[in-house]
Amino acid sequence: MHTQMLKILPFCFGLLAAPAAADINAVIDDHIIPNAAAFKHATAEMAVAAQMDCTPAGVKDAYHNAFDAWVRASHIRFGPVANNGEGMAIAFWPDKKGKIAKMIFRMIKHENPVVHDPVAFAKYSVAARGFFTLEQLLYVDKFSNYSADSYTCAFTRAITVDLARIADETHAGWVGGFDEILRTSGAEGNAVFLTEKEGPQALFTSLLGGLEYIHRQQLGRPLNKLEHRRPKRAEAWRSNRSLRNIVISLKSLQEMAGILAGNQAWKTLESFKETIIYAKTLEDDVFSRIKEDSASFQIEYFLLLVDQTYDITNTELGAQMGVVAGFNALDGD
Amino acid sequence: MKNRRGFLAGLLAASAIPGLSWADAGSPAYLAAARQADGRFVMIGLGRDGQDIFTIPLPGRGHAACAHPTAPEAVAFARRPGTYALVIDCVSGEITAQMQAPEGRHFNGHGAYLSDGDTLCTPENDFINGRGVIGFWSRKKNYRRIGEQPTGGVGPHELRKLPDIDVLVVANGGILTHPDRGREKLNLDVMQPNLAYVDPDRGILELVELTPDLHQNSIRHMDIHADGTVAFAMQWQGDLSEVTPLLGLHKRGNSVKLLEAGFSRQMAMNGYAGSVSYNGTGDTVAITSPRGGQVHFYSRSGDYLGHWLRRDVCGLRDLGAGFLASDGNGALHKITPQSAKPLTVTPRAWDNHIVAI
Repeated sequence: MHTQMLKILPFCFGLLAAPAAADINAVIDDHIIPNAAAFKHATAEMAVAAQMDCTPAGVKDAYHNAFDAWVRASHIRFGPVANNGEGMAIAFWPDKKGKIAKMIFRMIKHENPVVHDPVAFAKYSVAARGFFTLEQLLYVDKFSNYSADSYTCAFTRAITVDLARIADETHAGWVGGFDEILRTSGAEGNAVFLTEKEGPQALFTSLLGGLEYIHRQQLGRPLNKLEHRRPKRAEAWRSNRSLRNIVISLKSLQEMAGILAGNQAWKTLESFKETIIYAKTLEDDVFSRIKEDSASFQIEYFLLLVDQTYDITNTELGAQMGVVAGFNALDGD
Repeated sequence: MKNRRGFLAGLLAASAIPGLSWADAGSPAYLAAARQADGRFVMIGLGRDGQDIFTIPLPGRGHAACAHPTAPEAVAFARRPGTYALVIDCVSGEITAQMQAPEGRHFNGHGAYLSDGDTLCTPENDFINGRGVIGFWSRKKNYRRIGEQPTGGVGPHELRKLPDIDVLVVANGGILTHPDRGREKLNLDVMQPNLAYVDPDRGILELVELTPDLHQNSIRHMDIHADGTVAFAMQWQGDLSEVTPLLGLHKRGNSVKLLEAGFSRQMAMNGYAGSVSYNGTGDTVAITSPRGGQVHFYSRSGDYLGHWLRRDVCGLRDLGAGFLASDGNGALHKITPQSAKPLTVTPRAWDNHIVAI
C-alpha cells in the first residue's frame, strides 16, 4: 500500500505542479554544472598562469577570470562546497579584523614552508588561502612588488593551486553523485533530500541567499550608516571588483530564477531585469566614491532594488514553487 | 465576588483530574510545537520513535512548552513577546487554566517546575524597569501567581532547574526589548548577558558573565547534565565576521569553558545556536544552528567531535546515546556524531524546540 502510494505520488505532483520536477534537472544541467565546470577551468588556467609567471603581471588577468567564475557559482552553498567546508577557504570575506593581512605578514616574515606542501596548505588557515588573500598579494603595494624567485611568488602559486583543487573537487562532487542526489529529491533512500520538495527548497534558499548576500554584505557593509559610509568595506575593493562581483552575481541569480520560474513568475524576472539594468548604469568606482552624496544615493537606490527583488522572489516564485524560506532560520528565538 | 472567582477556579481545577499520569496521555517522551501543512499551529506529543502520540491545537505559533514532571499537563507559552500561557490537559486536549503575565511583563516561551511539582517558574521580561523576573505560579491554586524573584539580568530567556536541588538557572540573554517595538533590540551596544543561579526563596546565588569582548554573545538556551554542569547556547549579536564560541559549559564553583569548532566550521554556524542538549548518556553535548543548517557535536570534556548538515535544523533533545533533532522541513532525525537517520518526515514545520517529559 505504502510503496504504491510512493509510486503514484510523483505522477500526481507532475500534473499539479508541472515545472517542479523538470526544473531541478534544468538548474543542474544548465546552471550548476556549467558554472562548476567554468570555475574549475578558470582556476586551472590561473594555476597554469602562475606556474609560468607568478608575478602580479602574470596572474592578474587569470585572477579576474577565475574570480568571475567563482562569483557565478558562489550562491550554491549546499552540496560539495558545504560538505567539504570549503566555502570560506575560497573566499574569506568579510574579514573585519584584518586576519588576512596579518596572516600574509606572518607567512612572509617566517617564510612559512606550508606553501611548498599542497596537502598541508589545503588544511591551512582560511586567512592564508582563497581569492581575498590572493587579491592582497597581487594588489596591495607592500606585498605586490615581489620577484619571480621570492617567497611571495611561491605563496601566490600555492593559493592558485589550492583554488584549482577546490574547484576540481567541487565540480567532481556535482557530476560524480551529488547531482543525482538532488535530481532524486524525495526518492527512497535519499538521505539528503527527504521529500520531493526539499531539492527545490534548497535551490530556492540558495537563490534568496544570493540576494541576501548582496543586500547585507556587498551593499550593506559599505553603506554602513548614513553619516559614516565605509568605502573599504566594499567587497574586493583592492582589485576594483566591488560592482563587478555584484553584477555578475545578479546575472547568475537571474539565470537561475529564470529556470526555476519556467515561463511564469514574470514579476520576479522583471525585478531582476530592472535591478541589473540599473546596476549597469553605475560607474566602476561607485563604491570608492560612496562618501559622496551622488554615489551614496546610487548605492542606496541599488539596495532598494535588490530588496524589492528579494521580496518579489520570496512571495511570487516561492508561492509558485510551493516553498518558503526557513521556518526557524528566519524566526530567531 | 470573591466567592464567585473561587468557584470558577475550583471548576477549572476540577477538570485537571488529579491522579492522572503521562501514561494516560499515551506516555509521550517529548513535546514539540509545529505548524501543520494547513497553516494551523499545534503541540504534539511524541514517542521515542518520533511518532505522534497526541496532537493539540494551539491558538497561535507556539514556542517551547513546559511539561509537568508527573501529571499529563503542559504549559504552552505564546510566542515572544507573549503575555499569556495556556495550561493544557494532554489527555483531553482541553485548556484547564490560563496564565496572564502581570501588567508590564511578558513571557519568553520557557518555564520549569520546582521539585514539589506545584510551583511553575516563568522567566519574564519586566520591560518597564528593564530587568528580568522569575514569576512563580501555584498549580494547586489553579496557576495563581504566588511570588517573584529578580533574575539578575536583562531579557531572561530559558530557565531550568538544577538536578536534585531547587536552584534555578536562568539564561539572562541581555537584550532589552519593549513590546511596543516588537522584537527590536534596544541595547546591543551595552548588553551584558549572564547565567544566573537563583534560589526561589533567597534570590540570586551566583552570576556568571563572559569576558567583555563577548558581551554581545546572548546566552539564551541551556541543558543541564546530571552532575549539575550547565551547557549554554549563545547567539552572537555583534558583527558576523567576528567568529565567536556559541556553546559554553559551567558548573557552580568553576570557571566557564567555551567550546568552538575550527574557524571555518564555526563561522558556518552564522553566529547562532538555536538549541542545546546533552545526549542520554551525558557524554556528548550538541548545538543546532538553523541559520547555518548544521549541528555541532562536542564531547562532555569539550573536544569537537564533528558536524551534521541539515537545512533549518533547530530542535534537539536526548535520545538514548544520541539525539532527536527536528527541522522546519518536517523531519525528525536520530543523530549521533557518527550517524544520522530520519525517523519521520511530515508536511509540518517543527518549531524551535523539543521538550523532554
